[in-house]
Amino acid sequence: MSIKMTDLLVIGAGPAGLSASIEAARLGAKVIIADLNMKPGGQLFKQIHKFFGSSAHHSGTRGIDIGRMLLEEAKSAGVQIWLKSTVIGIFPGGKVSIEREMDDGTTELVTLMPKELVIATGASENAIRFKNWTAPGVMGAGAAQTMINVNHVKPGNKVVMLGSGNVGLIVSYQLMQAGCDVCALVEAAPKVGGYAVHAAKIRRAGVPILLRHTIIEAKTDSNGTVSGCVTAEVDDHFNPIPGTEETIDCDVITIAAGLKPTMDLIKLAGCKLTFDGPFGGYVPIHNEKMETSVKGVFVAGDSTGVEEANTALDEGKIAGISAAEALGLISETDADEKRKEIWNRLDSLRMGPFGQRRKIEKEHLIDLYNKEVKEQKAFA
Amino acid sequence: MSIAECGYLTYDELKEKQKLPSEERYEKGPVAVIECVQEIPCNPCEAACHFKAIKIGDPITSLPTLAPEKCVGCGVCVSRCPGLAIFVVNKSFTSKTATVSFPYEYEPLPKEGEMHKGVNRKGEVVCDGKIVKVTNPVSYDHTPVVTIEIPKEYADEVRSIERERGKSA
Amino acid sequence: MSQRISEHVVLDVEPTGKKVTISVDGKEIEAYEGEPILSALLAAGIRINRYTVKRHEPRGLFCGIGQCSDCSMVVDGKPNVRTCITPVKAGMIIQTQDGLQAEKEAAS
Repeated sequence: MSIKMTDLLVIGAGPAGLSASIEAARLGAKVIIADLNMKPGGQLFKQIHKFFGSSAHHSGTRGIDIGRMLLEEAKSAGVQIWLKSTVIGIFPGGKVSIEREMDDGTTELVTLMPKELVIATGASENAIRFKNWTAPGVMGAGAAQTMINVNHVKPGNKVVMLGSGNVGLIVSYQLMQAGCDVCALVEAAPKVGGYAVHAAKIRRAGVPILLRHTIIEAKTDSNGTVSGCVTAEVDDHFNPIPGTEETIDCDVITIAAGLKPTMDLIKLAGCKLTFDGPFGGYVPIHNEKMETSVKGVFVAGDSTGVEEANTALDEGKIAGISAAEALGLISETDADEKRKEIWNRLDSLRMGPFGQRRKIEKEHLIDLYNKEVKEQKAFA
Repeated sequence: MSIAECGYLTYDELKEKQKLPSEERYEKGPVAVIECVQEIPCNPCEAACHFKAIKIGDPITSLPTLAPEKCVGCGVCVSRCPGLAIFVVNKSFTSKTATVSFPYEYEPLPKEGEMHKGVNRKGEVVCDGKIVKVTNPVSYDHTPVVTIEIPKEYADEVRSIERERGKSA
Repeated sequence: MSQRISEHVVLDVEPTGKKVTISVDGKEIEAYEGEPILSALLAAGIRINRYTVKRHEPRGLFCGIGQCSDCSMVVDGKPNVRTCITPVKAGMIIQTQDGLQAEKEAAS
């Protein structure tokens, strides 16, 4: 076991973590990113659709290409990316323990003492329970998306999607691009949850959207793997209406029931949390520098409230600039100016009938910080 | 029924929320039809148009508007719209037929000269049509634009072709 | 028939790793070096990775990003290996996991 020092440790090499590390490294910080995955990029490399947004947000560019750009930028900024590296502990005195798989397959336990820490651990998919929901063939929509778009393997051939938010709509579309058949999209609410244009794409391709419906059972074959899906209409209280059951022949059921911020390490670092429904669950309260109630611990991206890759990129930038400021690499005035520009850009993303609520929630987190955090706890 | 309640645009909802080209403009040749009806933060179509025929402006959530007299129906915006919500319609292709150009990101791509089933916004087959053009240059970034020739009366309906579903299933 | 995607409008789906074989419950299957073990299994149509300890229920791909552990298998004798985030190496011995050990050992 060894102890290493570094200016900044970023946990999570997704859009938020990468952009935080790029900003900090460009300002002169020595940066290490730790990520438990085999490849960097978080969930960006499975986003093969063109993104919304303005040109400042790479609009019209596919997520996968934004991911490639970020990796190039991180490389040229001198960021060290540690893959297959799982953070297993954050200890008093600012020690972070990482189980790191080396190139020869052996595992090494490394303890880092970073001066500043950015936690950008993203979010994980929610599940919906129905009979046999644990059977092989029932999976998260994101899991199916990883298989088709990253690993280029179809998890099955005939899919029923549960959930009409943007993830459910986009992954349905991408499953068809991969050559799967999407038999139906099932949604308990009376309205489509995601953007209309995404719904329109899959309707044009012939996918029925069953609103006011839910899945009550996965049918399984003799091996116990999925062979069908029983749907039912729901009443105004979302209870299935007896007698409305229908069975759809399928071998995959994908669940797109929203995401929950991944809080484990943020909690472990001692950051003050609050429950925020629209943001997906418990999230850390933070200030306009993306700094938490623990001094030197910054957050960004979906782990501070589930939004989208574009917002994660910008929040990451803010966290990186703020970490560099804490390291004395940029003056407060210059950092403020950079942050202000990014916040303005974020405001343009948090607009319209879908974005407005996220702006309110974000401001709420910052308000809470200003009210409740009189004195930050020490990290290092 | 609104698009949120069924997942597709009815022609009535489209007419209500977007200003469509006039019949006179349609008769003059190909023109873009923008089927974007929700205020989302997105504006690549505005920059895509070389003729400055599409405007979003500030705020970025404003719906795009088309200046039909500036539009030449080139179809660049069709490939750039992240929502795949722009089409080019040419109602004067021949005296009896029209063409509709639409984004199509599925394999196998149709080929010029092939006959395909034209589908409406709901995915229902409404007519047969002949593929007259498939454009897929590098600048379209993997969003091919397919043009299908169909009987004129379906020009406001057809928005894609029937997809060859689940090939290896 | 393989579940691998053969053509795609957006993606280059040509495999990048070297073609190798791995053993799954004693049967050899084709895989590409560097891809997650789980992908090679799905490509070959194998969807069950393990059985639960108490109720002996099958589990397979659920999260795909190393969070849920449903795809855990015994890899080269080591149990609880998350196959969705563990890359293929030539000659790997993969076994369906039953409880905390390989299925065959559990049965004997």
